[in-house]
Amino acid sequence: MFQTSRRAALALTVAMLAATAAQAEQRVLRYYADFDPAPLAAFEAAIADFEAENPDIDVQLQNFDHEGYKTAIRNFLTADAPDLANWYAGNRMAPFVKAGQFLDVSDVWNEHGLHDSLASAAASMTIDGKQWGVPYTYYQWGIYYNKTVYEQVGASVPATWDEFIANCEKFKAAGIDCVTTGTKALWPGAGIFDYLNLRTNGYEHHMKLTAGEIPWTDDTVRATFAEWAKLVGPGYVTANHTALDWQDAAALLVQGKAANYVMGNFAVAVFKEGGMTDETLGFMPFPTINPDVPRAEEAPTDTVHIPSGAKNVEDAKKFLAFLARADVQTKLNEGLGQLPINKDSTVGSDPFIQAGFELLSTTPGGIAQFFDRDAPAEMAKIGMEGFQEFMVRPENLDAILERLEAARQRIYQ
Amino acid sequence: MTEARPSAPRAAAPPRSWWRANQQRLTPWLFLAPGILMFGLYVIWPIFESFWLSFYDWDGLGEARWIGWGNYRELRSDPAFYTSLRNNVLWLVLYLLAVPAGLLIALFLNQTVFGIRLYKSLFFFPFVISQVVVGLMFSWFYAPNFGLFYKLVEWLTGTGVAVLADPDLVTYGIIAAGLWPQIAYVMILYLTGLNNVAPDQVEAARLDGAKGWRMLWYVILPQLRPATFIAVVVTVIGALRSFDLVSIMTDGGPFGSSRVLSFYMYEQALSEYGYRMGYGAAIAVVLFLIMMVFISGFIWKMVRDEREGY
Repeated sequence: MFQTSRRAALALTVAMLAATAAQAEQRVLRYYADFDPAPLAAFEAAIADFEAENPDIDVQLQNFDHEGYKTAIRNFLTADAPDLANWYAGNRMAPFVKAGQFLDVSDVWNEHGLHDSLASAAASMTIDGKQWGVPYTYYQWGIYYNKTVYEQVGASVPATWDEFIANCEKFKAAGIDCVTTGTKALWPGAGIFDYLNLRTNGYEHHMKLTAGEIPWTDDTVRATFAEWAKLVGPGYVTANHTALDWQDAAALLVQGKAANYVMGNFAVAVFKEGGMTDETLGFMPFPTINPDVPRAEEAPTDTVHIPSGAKNVEDAKKFLAFLARADVQTKLNEGLGQLPINKDSTVGSDPFIQAGFELLSTTPGGIAQFFDRDAPAEMAKIGMEGFQEFMVRPENLDAILERLEAARQRIYQ
Repeated sequence: MTEARPSAPRAAAPPRSWWRANQQRLTPWLFLAPGILMFGLYVIWPIFESFWLSFYDWDGLGEARWIGWGNYRELRSDPAFYTSLRNNVLWLVLYLLAVPAGLLIALFLNQTVFGIRLYKSLFFFPFVISQVVVGLMFSWFYAPNFGLFYKLVEWLTGTGVAVLADPDLVTYGIIAAGLWPQIAYVMILYLTGLNNVAPDQVEAARLDGAKGWRMLWYVILPQLRPATFIAVVVTVIGALRSFDLVSIMTDGGPFGSSRVLSFYMYEQALSEYGYRMGYGAAIAVVLFLIMMVFISGFIWKMVRDEREGY
């Protein structure tokens, strides 16, 4: 009895030793991410390809809940840093860069010619002249509309803001919300502001505004809000939008109770789940307001970074270089249903993806991230609350702008 | 209960060890020690830590910067802070409606009819449901376009009211949702209290001709004093820590109109766009001071009652 159990223990020890030996040959790369189920599958395929190319590296993906990740990252970066972590471009990564939590990966950019192949996102990955991560996907924003409703009231797809507003009158007469939105979570309202400001004052102005270099009480900003008032004043926006989630508003568009929705391309999945098809769902770029301003677009970029506490930096850089490759981004974004950033990648046949690719690759003005990624977090929160208030109580504009200006002076000092 | 036993003659006893000499005095502290340790570590220490933190500007990652009274100065001119404070007062006042409402239901249910236990448990049911579920149910109840309440108002007046989208109504809407389980809680407190009302006193009062309102006010209510005290305490504290309903139903919106101090503190210190630890701590200190007014009042009353032997 004693003998057998000892032999079993011995066998177990040998087996364990063998297992650790096998593991020791593989270097571990720990990767923390926040994928929803569909993107997760696409990314797992990409990781499998990476491991096939690098049999000596074992990528261990730890997936977090999307919202919970935003809190978790602050803890794990300081406490127990992985080798790779998901995050966002633009000002959203600035706190981590400034606190020294992300590693400078400019060498990866220089070595693999990423300044050329990822040129469209280079600016949003650069802080203090250095690059701090690698972008792998982005998606366009614009106006999604219900073609059936357009036919019903006899409206044509507008190219200018005046035409858009003229259409709104027709929709209003038919009892249809011209623009729908759900601002319970605040950010959908910021999409409208971003586009109005990009079209009224242009990309440079928008970047300066979100960087705190232009006062909110400035006349240029007031001009943007004046355009917005044309929409809010006559009641062309869905009533009670402050109590709606963005998906609730998407339902209104699907049901034909609303005509237009300023949204990101991720909403297409929701529209189609609700029964819309390529025949009934349309996409158009945000109409022109000031013809002298070069067209700029909004395309939030998702990125991967190396935390400064990473243990396996060498392999992490290898992974970033892999992720930046044209063929990898093509395959990955087919799965994600979004746009690759590498200029040599190709995009899928989905008409909305095609439209987005066309839109972004021909943008003369510049590509903004999104209000809550371009502006620092505190300013984003106060700003988006102000936008929401304006859409409910446009008469409070002066008080709102003064509040934002006071916040600007405090936050950017 | 601890009466010293007559000790044996000194000379005969062997010299007592230090432990034996002090055993009686030390034992209570030893039993209390784990509790005191936990309480000190998780309650008392963080309170002082919050006070300390409220003098800093800190994002939770980088270097903390000492700014003295800066956070408090900013609070003084922060409109969002005053909105939160005003809503907290609203919560305090309106939440106390749970006490008379709970009493009313308790009196109503305090009779012996067939199946009364079932009715009692049905009335108690809302308190058993989690606050999160209560919040979700009321959000659907108020929801524009399809909510029951919205439809009802639309049917009555022609135009529906989306309570949670209206900056003037939203706080009342959330308080109403909060009252639902709180009334059930107060009701249970009063029902147990009513069980202890002395029947002979009621009998005597009845012989003296007291009934109805006078009976309730002069005979029943004084005997319910302990229950009323507990009901007021839990309701006041519940009102001040109202967080979950605000978070679930509106996230503080529309544009911050339904914030309360506890939610504003969370938003500033810990939410997605926050990480102003110092400012959050300053709000926490203000909330703590407001709570201390009530808590010390309650403790003072309890100590006084104990001395008078209630």
